[in-house]
This record gives sequence, structure tokens and C-alpha cells, in this order.
Amino acid sequence: MMQIPCPWCGPRNATEFRHHGPHAPRPDPATASAEEWRRYLYLRPNPYGPVEETWYHAAGCRRFVSVIRDTFTNATQWSEGGPR
Amino acid sequence: MKKRPVVKKGQTGDSGAWRASPGRSRGTPRPRYSALRLVSKGFTQGDWAKVWRQHDVEPRYDVVIIGGGLHGLATAYYLAAYHGVRKIAVLDKGYLGGGGSGRNTAIVRSNYLTPEGVRFYDRSLKLYENLAGELNFNVMFSQRGHLTLAHNDGGLRTMRWRAEVNKTQGVDSEVIDPDEIKKLVPSMDTSDRTRYPILGALYHPPGGIIRHDAVVWGYARAAAGLGVHLHQDTEVTGIDVHHGRVTGVRTTRGNISTATVVNCTAGWSTLISEMAGVEMPVTTSPLQAAVTEPVKPFLDTVVVSGSLHVYVSQTDRGELVFGASVDPFTSYSVRGSLEFVEGLASNVLKLMPGLSKMRLLRQWSGLCDMTPDYSPIIGPTPVGGFFVDVGWGTYGFKAGPVAGEAMAECIVSDRSPEIIADFGLDRFRSGRLVGEKGAAAVGH
Repeated sequence: MMQIPCPWCGPRNATEFRHHGPHAPRPDPATASAEEWRRYLYLRPNPYGPVEETWYHAAGCRRFVSVIRDTFTNATQWSEGGPR
Repeated sequence: MKKRPVVKKGQTGDSGAWRASPGRSRGTPRPRYSALRLVSKGFTQGDWAKVWRQHDVEPRYDVVIIGGGLHGLATAYYLAAYHGVRKIAVLDKGYLGGGGSGRNTAIVRSNYLTPEGVRFYDRSLKLYENLAGELNFNVMFSQRGHLTLAHNDGGLRTMRWRAEVNKTQGVDSEVIDPDEIKKLVPSMDTSDRTRYPILGALYHPPGGIIRHDAVVWGYARAAAGLGVHLHQDTEVTGIDVHHGRVTGVRTTRGNISTATVVNCTAGWSTLISEMAGVEMPVTTSPLQAAVTEPVKPFLDTVVVSGSLHVYVSQTDRGELVFGASVDPFTSYSVRGSLEFVEGLASNVLKLMPGLSKMRLLRQWSGLCDMTPDYSPIIGPTPVGGFFVDVGWGTYGFKAGPVAGEAMAECIVSDRSPEIIADFGLDRFRSGRLVGEKGAAAVGH
């Protein structure tokens, strides 16, 4: 079973988490151009290989966790950035 | 609407650029399949002729189609048969129909939510109805009826909405109550003593299941018979773009010079589009399915429950085919998981408690390219000569014929025909999305 390394709870089953995907900062609606807003709404990286992304430990400590996951093997490791 | 295949009288298309070069072979001669030939083969013990053969990768093609699944092969077939395009290559990094075309749960229906979607999928259903005759290949289409269950008021409201939209587009679709459901599916628990009681269902009689491999092989055989080169084990490593136009494709078996490239991949569509410098609002997630051991026929409709994330049908062989919604995270892995089987079994038993002793035979997984509005992305792109037929999420197989037909027209005329005009990549700039989540998220 796929596991996610939670910095507070240790490695836990992925079913305890909710996937939030790669970090996508929300542009300021007051200053963002239409193109910036469009990219924020619709375009997400979809890489083949390692990706740094956020998971939410919904059935555990209920904190957000930053993880590096290989999208082909689903092997996960701690992100350098650690918990955010 | 339906044009005659131009090949029958040995004609070619009217556009000079697409005309066949004289003296070029017309592809593999294709013996007609019929009951008479079956009997005569039985007496003579002769082998059937091969329906497609290996070619060398030629340095030039008019159209290069990336992805040898249903969409790629259908596009190749309609280009060759209805538009007279001769030099077509279909490239696949694996084998024909080894991706989504061979991994889906083979459900065909047209009871969608938006008028654009209903029109589009209904054209596909009509093409499926005549496909066996058109391709001279038995695709085993069984229009056994399709039930989408509602377990709560919100679900029932969506079913009514879909039924009304369907009727305005001439699609046979209606909401029925639990008693009528019980008559159609006696094995289903329609009582109000379950965890998720069934309040009603959207009944869609023309929906059904089909043999998905046969559809792929039928299109491949017909395309090969028209001279299309089918290159298996040929991976695309790059797409050459100069001054905003496609000039060629690099593959593991040599470089091809071409002015037209069609991305018909699923799972890999963002990676292929990136090679041409086109960004796609697509993320890839696996969808898992499973099949049981064969039992006597007892289920002659397709049953779908959006709330329970499950759909069930029984194949002609007697196996029950189960599918679910996409896994809740993006991934390119097609490895199955235990939590999927556990969740699936528990949900199936809520619908049909009598199946508790059935054994699962196997489970598998395929890649789904999800778009923000649960509609596909079809048509031209900002790069000249680069067309996409991608973002098919969980609804690609049922749309294969119409996507091929429309793509072929789009490629020859270089503009989107009306039936796919609403599904262009530019809708993510204009904001005119075609929201199909209410009809496509789980209900297949």
C-alpha cells in the first residue's frame, strides 16, 4: 500500500490523506492579469517522475504535508522544505 | 450527413494535396468476413490472411497520428475512407489498443448533461450501431439499457435534469422509480432498508456494452486495408516545430517529415503536447476496474451508481465487470491497489447483496486524462498542423467513432466541424467550459 511520510505521525497509509497536488500559489485577484488568472485556474503541472506536492493528513494530525512523489512509481520521500 | 467511402470506386479525395501518389499500393488486401467464408474455411482448413502487416517507417507521411488506440485508429480510418488521405502513419509505443482502449469497461451511452455533450455522444452511439457493418467486423454491440441510480434528492434532481436535456436532443432517456428498477434488475436491493436506499434511476435504453478489443481491431483492419501504416513499438521522442508549424516527428525507429501531427494519446497527452510546445489543462489519474469469475447470465442492463462510485455490467461470457471513479490523486502508475478492491466490493454488495460469494478474477488500471470541466479537448492548437484529441478522462471509449470522424474532417479542412466546435482548447481562454461533471464523473 502506498505510504506518505508524515513529519508528525510517521509513514501512514495514503488513504488517510487527501491529495492537494503541486503547490499552486493563488495570484492576487486585484493585480493578476487575465492570463495569470487563467493559468492559476486551469493549468497544473502533470509531470512524469518526481513532483513536490501537498497532502493533507485528513484522518490523522490534520496538517498539510509537503512530499516529493514519483508519479510513475508512487514512491514518496520527505520534501527538503519539510512541513509547510 | 453520411458520405460514401470514396475508396469503393477507386476514387481519391478532391483536394490535390491529399491525393494518393499514383501506383502506390492500396494496403493489405482485406478478405470479407461472412458466414459463408467461415464455413468454407472450415472445410479447407486454410489460414485466414493477416489483416495488417509490419511496414518500415517511411521518411515522409501526410498525417502522423500518435497513439494506436481507438481514437488514433478511428481518425486514420475516417481520413483514409472518407477523405481520401493516403499516406497516414499511426504510431504506438506499445501495441494497438493496449492503453485506454483495452482497459475501459466498454460502456457506450449518450445520456449526458449538456446539449453539446449529448449531441456529440449520441452521434458516437449512432456510429457504433452501424459499426459492425461498416467495418465488416463483429464488434458485439449489445444495447441492453443503462441505469444510473440516484440515492439522494440531489442525485434524483440531476437525473431529471439529464432526462429533460436528453429528450430535447432526441435521446431516449427517462427517470424511473424503484419498482421499475426492480423489474429490470431483480438482483438489486431496492428496499428502503439499506445504507443508501435507491430513490430512482435515469433509464437510457440505447446504452449498452460492446467488445472493446473488437472495435480497435475492426478499425485497425479497415485502416490497414486502406493503406494506413500501423507502427507498433514505435515511441515518439520529439516533435519538430519551426516558425509555429509542425515539420516532423522523431521516433525510436527514425525521423518522419510531416506537416500534420495528431495527438491521440491518453495518459501521455500532456507529455506529447509539451514536445510541440502546447500546454494542456490536463492531469493524469489512474482508474481501476475489476472482473469476477463467469456465472450464469442474470444482469442484462448496465448499472451505475454515482454515489457508490461503481458501475456493473455482465459480459456475454458471464463475468461481472466493475469499474470505479478515478483514484484520488494524479499518477502514471497502472498498478492496482487493495483499498480499491475493498471499497468496490463493499459498494457492490450494498447494491446486490447476493454477490457476496463471487470471486474476483483480476483487477487492472488505466490512465485517465482529466480536464477541469470533464469534457475532452479536440481540435487545432496554436501550433500549426498540430491537432489534439485528448483529455478523454473516463469517457473516451464511448466517443471513439465520433472523435475519429470529427478529427478527420478537422484535419482535412483545418477547422473544427460544428459537432466538436465547443470542445476546443481555446475554451480555457474564453471561459466557455462544457461542464459534464454531473454526468461523466462516475456514471459511465
